[in-house]
Amino acid sequence: MNPTHGAGRRPAILTKTLCRESGRFRYAKVGTVSTLERDPTEDMVRVLDEDGGVVGDVPDLDNDELVEMYRQMKLARHFDERAVSLNRQGRMGTYPPLSGQEGAQIGSAMAMADDDWMIPSYREHAAALVRGQGLTETLRYWMGDERGDSPDEGTNVFTVAVPIASQIPHATGMAWAEKLQSDGDHGAFLCYFGDGATSEGDFHEGLNFAGVFDTPNVFFCNNNQWAISVPRERQTASDTLAQKAQAYGFEGVQVDGMDPLAVYSVTREALQKARDPEEEQPRPTMIEAVQYRFGAHTTADDPSVYRTDEEEERWRAKDPIPRLESYLQSQGVLDDDRIEAIQASVEDEVADAIDEAEATADPDPQSMFDHVYAEQTPELREQAERFAQLREKHGDDAFQIE
Amino acid sequence: MSTQTPDTEATQSLTLVQAVRDGLATEMQRDEDVVVMGEDVGKNGGVFRATEGLYDEFGEERVIDTPLAESGIVGTAVGMAAMGMKPVAECQFSGFMYPGFDQIVSHMPRLRTRSRGRYTCPMVLRAPFGGGIRAPEHHSESKEAFYAHEAGLKVAIPSTPYDTKGMLTAAIRDPDPVVFLEPKLIYRAFRGDVPEEPYEVPLGEAAVRREGTDVSVFTYGAMTRPTLDAAEELADDGIDAEVVDLRSVSPLDRESIVESFQKTGRACVVHEAPKTGGLAGEITATLQEEALLYQEAPIQRVTGYDVPYPLYALEDYYMPNEARVAEGIRDAVEF
Repeated sequence: MNPTHGAGRRPAILTKTLCRESGRFRYAKVGTVSTLERDPTEDMVRVLDEDGGVVGDVPDLDNDELVEMYRQMKLARHFDERAVSLNRQGRMGTYPPLSGQEGAQIGSAMAMADDDWMIPSYREHAAALVRGQGLTETLRYWMGDERGDSPDEGTNVFTVAVPIASQIPHATGMAWAEKLQSDGDHGAFLCYFGDGATSEGDFHEGLNFAGVFDTPNVFFCNNNQWAISVPRERQTASDTLAQKAQAYGFEGVQVDGMDPLAVYSVTREALQKARDPEEEQPRPTMIEAVQYRFGAHTTADDPSVYRTDEEEERWRAKDPIPRLESYLQSQGVLDDDRIEAIQASVEDEVADAIDEAEATADPDPQSMFDHVYAEQTPELREQAERFAQLREKHGDDAFQIE
Repeated sequence: MSTQTPDTEATQSLTLVQAVRDGLATEMQRDEDVVVMGEDVGKNGGVFRATEGLYDEFGEERVIDTPLAESGIVGTAVGMAAMGMKPVAECQFSGFMYPGFDQIVSHMPRLRTRSRGRYTCPMVLRAPFGGGIRAPEHHSESKEAFYAHEAGLKVAIPSTPYDTKGMLTAAIRDPDPVVFLEPKLIYRAFRGDVPEEPYEVPLGEAAVRREGTDVSVFTYGAMTRPTLDAAEELADDGIDAEVVDLRSVSPLDRESIVESFQKTGRACVVHEAPKTGGLAGEITATLQEEALLYQEAPIQRVTGYDVPYPLYALEDYYMPNEARVAEGIRDAVEF
């Protein structure tokens, strides 16, 4: 127990949250028990309950957009299942699954405008897909091919960042540059990171700069409860992650990260504020999207060592996909035939992406020496030549590690 | 090149990673001040199982799951060590040591110097390092030269299960900070006899893995195996290579390095780390300083290339392998 909390009950912490009705930030009392124990939908922004019933303001999305949101989530889920299976079959290396997190990724990515940017960590392939990064590229990346992390011009997706939280200062810097270089009309920069990242120094430094220089950022924390085996409450003694934003001088908001409509609403509002704040309003926002990863940290991890089936079941009841599906069915936007057709189409799309990724020839070994510098140094040129001679002499089979 | 032998002869057949675990366990049993800390080292038993079972055996106050913060892990370990504890901190992969780099270079090695011996830092910083396991970006680099470059740090890299337990024990008992880099490519590649009792393999002492008269090949860690394979291959062609496993890259066992070279007059150095600024340069310079008149051929370097470590589709091409090592040895011999 933190000694400053004193004996007995811990004091209630007041956290700013986004008011659904007014769109303004208000203070709400947050729970005083462990995030894992408490109902994660308590005191946070949400639109749909666990059964898809409406409990908040539904965002202004037309039926096509709603169906697209649903389709993207189904696509992401199916892709994820197939990717894990490719790893199991030895057809792909280590892969970080995202099942359970589709609502947060797709809800937030769909809220972005064309001029906005996303700065990912390494688990946001569903968000990247919405932003135009193809599934084939994502597969190639996890198949160990550098070309899979080279987004097309105009996609506004930054590179994958594996070291935890290291991308957060980049997001601040990119937003800062945009603000300095533009005439006031600019996009916003949304940075994804996890609950574990909030413990790193880069998180503090990135958010602190954003507060000081009032950069157009949205810091989107995918709090999936577990940093590999370390639970959220082992990362910080603070009640929520969102409240950390207060110390940087801007708003933090908790949203039900397994409610895609709530995520969409909150993110859209935060992005809008980043681009065009009202007077005296800080541009940056931190969003804590409370969610759960259904699977392992990566395919190299076994969550049964550190968490219980009971806990997983409790969170599976909040699965974002059936929630949105129920809502759309209740609105008459989706029926069984349409659902079946969507499922069939996402299966085809993923199968095609896998075929394409596997049909792509491995990168040319000599390409290892490319893109190290704008202009290859004489030393590097010599190493590349020597390497080519060795391959010629011994054949590529001689290079395979058993 | 002596090794302190253990009191009893009971041994177990362990992999290298099991020897890490065993070394930690036996020192924790012996000394209550030894604690293990890092990400996922507790309940999870470490992502490579290097701390498996320690949490159950020693409890959460001695096997500590920390927040995800390497500067926090290394920095608090420095503080604990200053107060007389013996923390064994883990960075999950050597590629994630860099958020802790400030602590590693600014404080770990300097506490003793700065305080004129009033404070010391008897800690160990463990990390799996090196390539070849089909891992994502930043999980495969070999950056031992960063740490060898830092006065006040010792840098140990075992290549056998026996040495792993003995060197880890020596590192934990060492009065100074030790960076202990574990070649994860061979974490489970083979087993070796490891005494059940604690024992020390002294830091700073190399081991001759194969005696030879024609050329000295200096290497360490996961490169020891392909180097030995290459030496055997060349033996068929009448080239008799001596293979020296350095075991510690700081301090270097200059005596053994020079002694071997005086015998052969030819040398090849093998490491996966990039060529520029790598340990091969240091070893070559040592030979120039200490044994120039014995030299009969240019000293060869077989190393990783001066490129960012590629994603795994190309990593086999990056790492020195038997063919490249054999080529380097030949170049030294046939000059």
